[in-house]
Amino acid sequence: MNDNTKKEREPLFSAKNIKLLKNPLNFENPVTVQVLGICSALAVTVQLKPAIVMALSVTIVTAFSNLIISALRDTIPSRIRIIVQLVVVAALVIIVDQLLKAYVYDVSKKLSVFVGLIITNCILMGRLEAFAMGNKPWPSFIDGIGNGLGYGLILVTIGFIRELFGSGKLFGIQVVPQAAFDAGYVNNGMMILPPMALVIIGVIIWLQRSKNRELIDKS
Amino acid sequence: MHSNKYIVIYSTVMVILVAVSLTFVAVGLKPIQEDNIRIEKMQNILESVHIETTVKTAIDTYKKYISQTLTITNKGTEIAGVDAFSVDLSVELKKPAEQQQLPVFIATLDDGKNYTIVPVRGKGLWGPVWGYMAFKDDFNTVYGAVFDHKGETPGLGAEINTPMFELPFDGKQIFNADGKFVSIGVLKGGAKPDDIHNVDAISGGTITSKGLEKMLNDCLINYEEYFKNKGKI
Repeated sequence: MNDNTKKEREPLFSAKNIKLLKNPLNFENPVTVQVLGICSALAVTVQLKPAIVMALSVTIVTAFSNLIISALRDTIPSRIRIIVQLVVVAALVIIVDQLLKAYVYDVSKKLSVFVGLIITNCILMGRLEAFAMGNKPWPSFIDGIGNGLGYGLILVTIGFIRELFGSGKLFGIQVVPQAAFDAGYVNNGMMILPPMALVIIGVIIWLQRSKNRELIDKS
Repeated sequence: MHSNKYIVIYSTVMVILVAVSLTFVAVGLKPIQEDNIRIEKMQNILESVHIETTVKTAIDTYKKYISQTLTITNKGTEIAGVDAFSVDLSVELKKPAEQQQLPVFIATLDDGKNYTIVPVRGKGLWGPVWGYMAFKDDFNTVYGAVFDHKGETPGLGAEINTPMFELPFDGKQIFNADGKFVSIGVLKGGAKPDDIHNVDAISGGTITSKGLEKMLNDCLINYEEYFKNKGKI
């Protein structure tokens, strides 16, 4: 191990680390730029509350699996590294699932299989392979949180739009006033269906790329 | 490159550590999770007699309205000493019909009348579906029905736990005019408004609807004798 790095320790939130946290929110967003984790983004965004719980769960799992894998990275035999990563991710997901079942039972029922499917979320394996295997634990942890939040940001945005226009509610509380319904306003039933989530993701990607031209594929 | 020996030891130690920590989490959280499931069951039972509860009020409301629980055989005789609430229907339904222990919940509502609630359980498209049916004191007319499922398709089969599907059960009858058990059918294409033995199926949820119909028939027939004795049909 390189001992000389310890002498000049960089601050916990150095410019480099802040970048790890902020980039996934925009320029390296796992959903809109890397187009990973789309499946769960479609499935759990009908309402805001499950979307937030899912975002938190993914953030926790990415952050801690990054941390653990990064801490173990020099001991992991390269021939079984994917298996080791999977075991760590799977263990964390099961722990999160058990906690949800114990403390937010109603939400855990709504998320149903999608918590378990965090294991197969490409964002996780992607970060473990691309970042945690080659970086120190603390930056890896930050990278995990950043990517979890980047995923969560998109999820919450979609959840907000879908719940507001699909059922006229936010967090299950009516926000579109009854007067609007009396005046002929109707909820957009399409918003409840998964395809609309894909359309919203498409719109977000379009908006983001029209603002940041460098994200547009050259081909 | 690591040696094979290192890899084998590494993976063994890792798996054991993970297994031990998961066991601790699962065992530690089990009591809370079981409470959640019990409360949900109480809420479902109360919902079948149209009483809405929150997680906090469920236990008290259940104690207030559910006046009696009993366990019976499919011949309608009571089995003494079995707590109806803790009977696991999924286990009972696998036993031969004459050995099954069938729970019955009796709710006394504010109007002073007794309603008989029975659980039902069967298979949907992807996994189990279950529910509770409440009957009026003629032991024939449905007072309310509530259904739930493990993982039916959202927007299609999963609609069975919405009022849109559940409310039409109210007022349906499980015995025909001759006193023969006919259960309640779930009709594709819709039931006629004056049809007292059928409800509308869910468009796009055919297999779930069929499974639910089979569940009602298979489970309610176990209570046929009990209902006939009680209701003098």
